[in-house]
Amino acid sequence: MFGYYLDLAVRSLKRNKVLTALMVIAIAVGIGASMTTLTVMHLLSGDPLPGKSGTLFYPQVDADPTTDFSHKDPVDVMDYHSAVDLWTAHRADRQALIVDSQLKVRAPETSLPPLMEMMLSTTSDFFPMFDVPFQYGSSWQPQDDEKHARVAVISADLNDKLFGGANSVGRTLQLRDTDVRIVGVLKPWRPSPQFYMVAGGRFAHGQTADFYSKPEDVFTPFTSGLEINDGNFWQFTCWHMPDKPGYLVDSPCEWIRLWVELDSADKVAGYRSFVAGYAEQQKALGRITHAENTRLRSLMQWLDYNGVVPSDVRLQTWLAFAFLAICLFNTVGLLLAKFLRRSGEIGVRRALGASRAAVFAQCLVEAGMIGLLGGIGGWLLTLAGLWLVRRQPAVYADMAHLDVSMFLVTFALAIATSLLAGLLPALRACQLAPGLQLKTL
Amino acid sequence: MQIQPILAALRRHRLATLLIAMEIALACAVLCNACFMIANRIAMMHIDSGVDETSLATVQLTGYEDSHAVDLNARVLAGLRSIPGMQSVTVLNSIPFGARRGTAGITLDAAAQHFGGVVEFYVGGPGSLQALGVHVIAGRGPQADDFRAFTGLMPSDASVQITHSLAEHLWPGVDPLGKDFWLDKMHYRVVGVIDHLVRPDPPGWPDNSKDWSIFVPAQPGKLLAGSYLLRADPRDVPRVLRDARAMIAKVAPDAVFDQEGSQTLSDLRATCFRQDRAMAGILVGVIVALLLVTALGIVGLASFWVQQRRRQIGIRRAIGATRGDILRYFQTENFLIVSFGIALGMVLAFALNVMLMKFYELPRLPLYYLPIGALVLWALGQIAVLGPALRAAAVPPVVATRSV
Repeated sequence: MFGYYLDLAVRSLKRNKVLTALMVIAIAVGIGASMTTLTVMHLLSGDPLPGKSGTLFYPQVDADPTTDFSHKDPVDVMDYHSAVDLWTAHRADRQALIVDSQLKVRAPETSLPPLMEMMLSTTSDFFPMFDVPFQYGSSWQPQDDEKHARVAVISADLNDKLFGGANSVGRTLQLRDTDVRIVGVLKPWRPSPQFYMVAGGRFAHGQTADFYSKPEDVFTPFTSGLEINDGNFWQFTCWHMPDKPGYLVDSPCEWIRLWVELDSADKVAGYRSFVAGYAEQQKALGRITHAENTRLRSLMQWLDYNGVVPSDVRLQTWLAFAFLAICLFNTVGLLLAKFLRRSGEIGVRRALGASRAAVFAQCLVEAGMIGLLGGIGGWLLTLAGLWLVRRQPAVYADMAHLDVSMFLVTFALAIATSLLAGLLPALRACQLAPGLQLKTL
Repeated sequence: MQIQPILAALRRHRLATLLIAMEIALACAVLCNACFMIANRIAMMHIDSGVDETSLATVQLTGYEDSHAVDLNARVLAGLRSIPGMQSVTVLNSIPFGARRGTAGITLDAAAQHFGGVVEFYVGGPGSLQALGVHVIAGRGPQADDFRAFTGLMPSDASVQITHSLAEHLWPGVDPLGKDFWLDKMHYRVVGVIDHLVRPDPPGWPDNSKDWSIFVPAQPGKLLAGSYLLRADPRDVPRVLRDARAMIAKVAPDAVFDQEGSQTLSDLRATCFRQDRAMAGILVGVIVALLLVTALGIVGLASFWVQQRRRQIGIRRAIGATRGDILRYFQTENFLIVSFGIALGMVLAFALNVMLMKFYELPRLPLYYLPIGALVLWALGQIAVLGPALRAAAVPPVVATRSV
C-alpha cells in the first residue's frame, strides 16, 4: 500500500504545483534557518573531549583573605601558592598547571620578522590529559618541568609560518631572548571551546565568543615559561595591587589554572576532600580565610557554570525555532486546504471500502513527501547559511561545517515537521462523511 | 460592507482561520521583538564615545623590554611627531574601542568596605586628554604638575577626571568635585568631570556602566609606554597612520608593531561592534524571511478559498454584486483574520519580551512597537490577499449557471 500511496502523493503534488512549491519552500526555509543555528549551537555547546570530559576536573580554592566582597563563589582561577601546592601533591591521576602570556617569538634560522604570539606555560601532563595530537616529536618529559628545561612544543600553524610545515623538531626558537629547542609539533588542534582557558564567563554578560579562540601557538614547561617571560604575566584579578605589575609569583593575585584527571568516582570524592583539607590546613596556617569555599567541577559543569555559549548564538537559535513554528503553521494551513479540496476523491475511496486509517495514512505519506522535498531544500539552505556564518566576524566562524549527524538531523527534522503539520489536516480529511461528499460530486 | 456574512463564512472554516491567525500572531511577536533588538543594537553601535574619533588613531607596540621603555617612548614620540600633518602624539594606556589596560574595582573608603564599581582607568601622559577631545563640564582638566612619575600600576594620590555617569553612580545627586576614592591602597581625588569617555570594550558591559571611565594623569615611563594616541586632521588620519608605521620600523626596530591594535579610531569602533552589526543583519534577514513566509501562507490559503467559492462568487455576481464588492469581501475577510492574529500577537509579543528580559538583559519593549507591528502586518495581509481577491473578482457571473 505504501508504494501506492507514494504514487498518489506524487500525482497529488504535481496537480497543484504552486501550492506544493509554497509548502516545500516554507519547510525548506524554516529548516534551513533552524538547522544553521542548531549546527552552530551544536558546535559551540558540544563536548570538547567526548569520552574523556567526565574524568577532567577543575579544582578551585578561595585564597582571597579579604572579607569585604562577596565570597559566594571562589574566583575563577587560583593564586600561585595554592595552584602549585595542589599540583605538587600529585594526588590526581594527571594534573596540569596552566598560565598564558604574550611574548615575542623568532626563528633565528629564518629571516622572518619577530611575531607576537601567545605562549601557554603548562606541565607535561597537559598533552596526554587533553588528547592533544602530535604531528612530529612528542611532549616534553616530567623531568623537564623540574629542570626548567628550555624546550617547547609549537602549533601546526606556527610550524607552517616559521618552517613551512617541515619537521622542525630539534630546531631552535627564540622566545623573548631565550633560545628553546622544539621537541614537538602539534597536528592542527582546535578544541571547541578552548576549554582549558575558560574562566570569567559569569562576568562576560553573554559576550563569550572569545572562549572559542584558537589554542596558543607555543607551549613551554610551566617553570621555564615563568622564567622566560618574567614580568609579563597578567592577573585574572588581585585582592591587593601587586608590588610590580606583571610579576605575579607570590603576589596577592589569582592567575593560574589547574586541571586534574580523575578516573573513578572514588578518586573524585578523594580529591574533593583533599582540596577541602588543603584549604583547612591553609586556613590553620593563616594564609586564607574562606576555607569552606572550595569547588571541584567536572569539565562540562565548568563550561555550564561559565555559560560558554555566547548569548547571541542562543538568541539566534530561539529566533530560528520561532521561525520554524511560523513555517509549521503555514504548512498546516496549506495542507488543510490541499486535503479538503480533494474531499470528493476521499469520499469515493471511503465509499469503496477504504478505512479511516487508510485515508489517514495516505494523507501522512503525502505530508512526509513534502517534508522530504523540504528537507532537501532545507539542507541546501543550511549549507548556504553555514557559508554565511563562516563569513561572520566571529572567532568560531571557521569551525561552522555540517557534520554527518547534523546532516541526518536536517532530514529527520524536516520529515518530523511535515508529519506534525500533516497530522491535523489528515485527521480532518479522514473524518469526512463519504455520503455527503459523493452527493456533491 | 456587511461583516455578518464574512463572519458566518469564517465560522465554517474555523480551523484554517485559526491557523492563519496563529501564524500572524507569532509573526507579530517575533517581528516586534526582532525590530526592538535591531534598534537596541543600532543604538549601541552609535554609543557616544565622547572623543573626536575621526581625528584620532593609535599605534600599539609590543615585544620590547621594560628596561628599554623610556628610551623607546622618547624615540617613538620624536619620530611620530616629525610626521607632516601630525597635530599631537601622546601616551595613553587604554584606547576607546581598542586596547584595555586599566580595568579595576574601586572603593569609596580607605578601608575598602564600600565597593564603588569596576571602572576603566585611562592613564595618560601630558596632552592626552586634550588630544582625545573630551569635554570637561565641571572642575578642571589636568595641569602640568598633575602628571607625575610612578612605579606601580599608576600614580597614587593623583588628581583625576571622571565621567559624569560614573560620578552620578558613585555619588548620586552630590557634587563629585573634591570627592575621594581608592584602588586598593592607592588614593585618588576628583578634580574634574567629563561628559563622556567610553570604556575600551563597551559591548561587554551593561548599559549604565559603558561610560565608567577615569582619567589619571601620569608621566610616561617604564609602565606607561608602547601605546600612543595620534591626532591629526580627519582627512590626514589614514595617511598619518601609514606614515607612522613606516616611521616605527625606522625608529623602533626592536619593537613589534601590533597590526590589529594600531588603527584609526573609526576602524577600531567598526571592529568593536562588528558582532552587533552581524547580529542586526541576521535579524533583518529573519524579519524579511518571516514576512515572506507569512505572505505566502496567506496567498496559498486565500487562493484555495477563492477556488472553493467560485460558484458562490458567480451566484453573488449574477444577482448583482459588483467586482468591487467581491474584491472588498476578500479584503475585509483578510483584515478580520489579521486583526484577530494581531490581537493575539500583542499578548505573545509581550510574553516573548518578558522572556528576553529575563535571559538576555533586554529592556522592556516600548509600547509604540505594537501599533507599528500591527500596521506592517495589516499591510502585508492586504498585499498578499490582493492577487487572489482580484482573481475572485474576475470570476464571471456565468459560473453560477454552470453545473447546477
